[in-house]
Amino acid sequence: MWKGLTTNVLSHDAAIYENSFPVEGGTFDNAGHVSSQIKALLTRMKLSKKVVRRAALVTYEAEINICSYANRGRIHLRVTPEHVTVEAIDEGQGIADIELAMQAGYSTATERIREMGFGAGMGLCNIKNFSDFFRISSEIGKGTHLKMVIRIDKDFDGI
Amino acid sequence: MTLREVKDILDAEVLVGHDQLGKEVKTAFGADLMSDVLAFAKAGSLLLTGLTNPQVIRTSDVLDIAAIIMVRGKRPSPETIRLAEELHIPILVTQYILFETAGKLYTKGIVGCVERVDDERAFS
Ligand SMILES: Nc1ncnc2c1ncn2[C@@H]1O[C@H](COP(=O)(O)OP(=O)(O)OP(=O)(O)O)[C@@H](O)[C@H]1O
Ligand SMILES: [Mg+2]
Repeated sequence: MWKGLTTNVLSHDAAIYENSFPVEGGTFDNAGHVSSQIKALLTRMKLSKKVVRRAALVTYEAEINICSYANRGRIHLRVTPEHVTVEAIDEGQGIADIELAMQAGYSTATERIREMGFGAGMGLCNIKNFSDFFRISSEIGKGTHLKMVIRIDKDFDGI
Repeated sequence: MTLREVKDILDAEVLVGHDQLGKEVKTAFGADLMSDVLAFAKAGSLLLTGLTNPQVIRTSDVLDIAAIIMVRGKRPSPETIRLAEELHIPILVTQYILFETAGKLYTKGIVGCVERVDDERAFS
């Protein structure tokens, strides 16, 4: 499910940074540390505050979902002169109905997740709203794969 | 308004960020739900919340929150404080309830970081 994809902007420019970070599933013990790390990295790369904040935000929502719903996962970061691409790939239960999961307010969060302040069913919508391109795919019993792209070259126009 | 003025207005105790009290703030967002904070809070705002777990700090880091005001006298765990120190995010604790905290700041000129969710999207 691509949102607003108009050109094949996704992989033809050379990476200036690429790394993959493991995320522990099923626990909040370290929830968010990968996002903090990625945010610090992007800040050091002198990307604009807006770009860094949007990249950190979509990474964080994806990371929290892995901590909440998956067994384990990885967050892959790729930075090129034009884009920040974040992929969150997990092994876990997967999402049976992606359209439903994307709806604002839909959540299967447990009491433990709600106690941490999550489970409003806003995360995936938020990811979609804050990224320039967003794709989600999932297989029941296998896992979920999110791909988010944030463009560096232009200011976010609020699509 | 500076964080020092915020501290005085709220009669708050500074747990983290004694060295950042000169920081300027103009806007705030209040919620106990991090999901809502992520959707609407803007960079440089105060976060007023009754939650005290480490996710409040992580969320604030991601969003460039200027400082966290913990309301209703709730005190964070040592783990939360340690994380806030590491990420340089000030924590102030006030005995006022969320409504009073927001009201006191509003009267002194702090406004919401978004007014209504239908006339301005917070995606910046
Ligand atoms: N990685 C994932 N693996 C399995 N299920 C997922 C995953 N991510 C999301 N879901 C499912 O989709 C639902 C909606 O996710 P979304 O992130 O939008 O909201 P939430 O996590 O429930 O609450 P919020 O993100 O607002 O705190 C979840 O409740 C869950 O059922
Ligand atoms: Mg979520």
